[in-house]
Amino acid sequence: MSTPTSVPLQSEIPPARAIILTRRLSDRVFRGVVTAGGFVSLIVLGLIALFLASRSIDIFKTFGFGFITEFKWDSGDPDNGIPPVLGIGAMLIGTIVTAVVGLVIALPVSVGMALFLEYYMPIRLKKSLTMVIDLMAAIPSVIFGLWGFFVLMPHAIYWAKLLHKYFGWIPFLDVQAPIFERSPFIAGLILSIMIIPIVTSISREVFSQVPLDRIQAAYALGATRWTMIKAVVLPFGSSGIAGGAMLGLGRAMGETVAVYLVLNLYFQPNFQVLFSAGGSVASMIVTKFGEAGQLELQGLMAAGLVLFIVTLIINFLSNMIVKRTSRTGN
Amino acid sequence: MSDVMEFEGNKDNISTKAYLEEAVSQPEISSLASVASHHSAPGSQPLGTGLEARGVHAWFGKHHALADVNLDFPAGTVTALIGPSGCGKSTFLRTLNRMHEFIPGAAMAGEVLLDGKDIYEPGTDVTKIRLKVGMVFQKPNPFPSMTIAENVLSGLKLAQLKTTNKDDLLEECLHRAGLWNEVKDRLKAHGGSLSGGQQQRLCIARALAVKPEVLLMDEPCSALDPGSTLKIEETVRQLIESVIVVIVTHNMQQAARVSDYTGFFLSDGGPGQLIETAPTSEIFSRPKDPRTEAYVTGRFG
Repeated sequence: MSTPTSVPLQSEIPPARAIILTRRLSDRVFRGVVTAGGFVSLIVLGLIALFLASRSIDIFKTFGFGFITEFKWDSGDPDNGIPPVLGIGAMLIGTIVTAVVGLVIALPVSVGMALFLEYYMPIRLKKSLTMVIDLMAAIPSVIFGLWGFFVLMPHAIYWAKLLHKYFGWIPFLDVQAPIFERSPFIAGLILSIMIIPIVTSISREVFSQVPLDRIQAAYALGATRWTMIKAVVLPFGSSGIAGGAMLGLGRAMGETVAVYLVLNLYFQPNFQVLFSAGGSVASMIVTKFGEAGQLELQGLMAAGLVLFIVTLIINFLSNMIVKRTSRTGN
Repeated sequence: MSDVMEFEGNKDNISTKAYLEEAVSQPEISSLASVASHHSAPGSQPLGTGLEARGVHAWFGKHHALADVNLDFPAGTVTALIGPSGCGKSTFLRTLNRMHEFIPGAAMAGEVLLDGKDIYEPGTDVTKIRLKVGMVFQKPNPFPSMTIAENVLSGLKLAQLKTTNKDDLLEECLHRAGLWNEVKDRLKAHGGSLSGGQQQRLCIARALAVKPEVLLMDEPCSALDPGSTLKIEETVRQLIESVIVVIVTHNMQQAARVSDYTGFFLSDGGPGQLIETAPTSEIFSRPKDPRTEAYVTGRFG
């Protein structure tokens, strides 16, 4: 017995057709061009990683994991039988310390700036101020470095002394000797100015996506602008801010020249941010590059590889956080 | 004709002169809503002198959206605003609690009197106005980062009010919104976990928690199923004991079910106008204006 609505017999079901899309020549050419462009950037990235890895493979064979954990950078003296010891532990710690100092300073400024731009600024001025902030990102880092060294540092030393005087009881604001020049604090200050544009721009982007009906709901309940921001905008934007902060952190960790000019590199881990001793993998590479021997050069390549991987991971994480925010919208 | 008001940041639009000329050229159709005073809702209490719109005009940039609306909202009543899309009824609603000015380019003229005081008077604290004139939106919009309980009490936090007993207020507001029995066991759940109809009643409870004198509802049921719609209508009928309700609706049966008075808005291509206002039974049985009759009998709109 068969009704018209019953499932057709297996033999009656036709095989699925192949759907073939015939593209025009112009479309194929354009497709080829953009595909090539896309692949070139990927290939370049891959080749850089490959180059660094091949040049530094011997270092990792020789020093193993110690290259990352060791606090000593000594090319040794083969004539007197002193073996070389290369380790970037102190530099890695220093990189994180300066970047975190920079982020701690930049984050409140950036979030405040983004809130101001999005919710307080008159609309006509908003565009021009946004442009000025984006322009800040275009200033070459050597300019920041020079300005930091000649203009900011004298002031920053005074602020550091004040901080030490009144908050010196906090371990990381203590100093082992009263030397305040070229400290992680000063490097962090410069870094914070350099990452404010990116953190501001991402925070602003997230704030502009807050659903209008939630904002109106808050206002209709008698909210002031600030209570509305606390109840609606910040909960919505929190993970976006986190993503922006991570991106800023990634940039701060890779920054080279500016930090090179205002930070005293020292191969011991130092958590006293006001004291004149710090580390930065990127700046160390620049510092040592000129006078490096064969082995040291390989060491610098290995340091570059480590920095490359760390910043890649941080950028990847931050992208993921930002994307997840904009997708769920909550 | 009162002064045209422009809102901050929107100075780039039309001149005052253009406003006035346009406004004057409008035929004076709308009659002052001389709503029957014998009609009074059961159990109504003295609630101040209520809400009153006088000669309200509204603009979006150069677009004149609403012309010369005069309407009274007496205490203890529900007023329905009906009319086809684009007739300015939602715009009018938003002038009543100063939500109109959030739209870029928005301007208005006329007066809105709450307990006899113009809410557009310079120096008025707009947050206080919105506390007294609450609003429920078309789309349910609970705060997704907050629990059900936090949503209901969010107005207290937003307006920085103090209450002695939050639990009592929470229960009272959820009861009045007809939601208590459904959520009493999961007050800590997130607002987004409720159904659309429940979310809308949560929004009503949230609006009631700040003890408004007036509740504006902008098509509160248009996104909801018939069952939820009915529940909200029951809620509205119970609210009139303590609040004046103004409800915009596209659903004429709804207007007939919930409201004491009905105002009919229409735009003939120009700005929207209030064509007629009367006790709801009269609007639907003996409308004075032929255009009202055409609309309520379903011949257009």
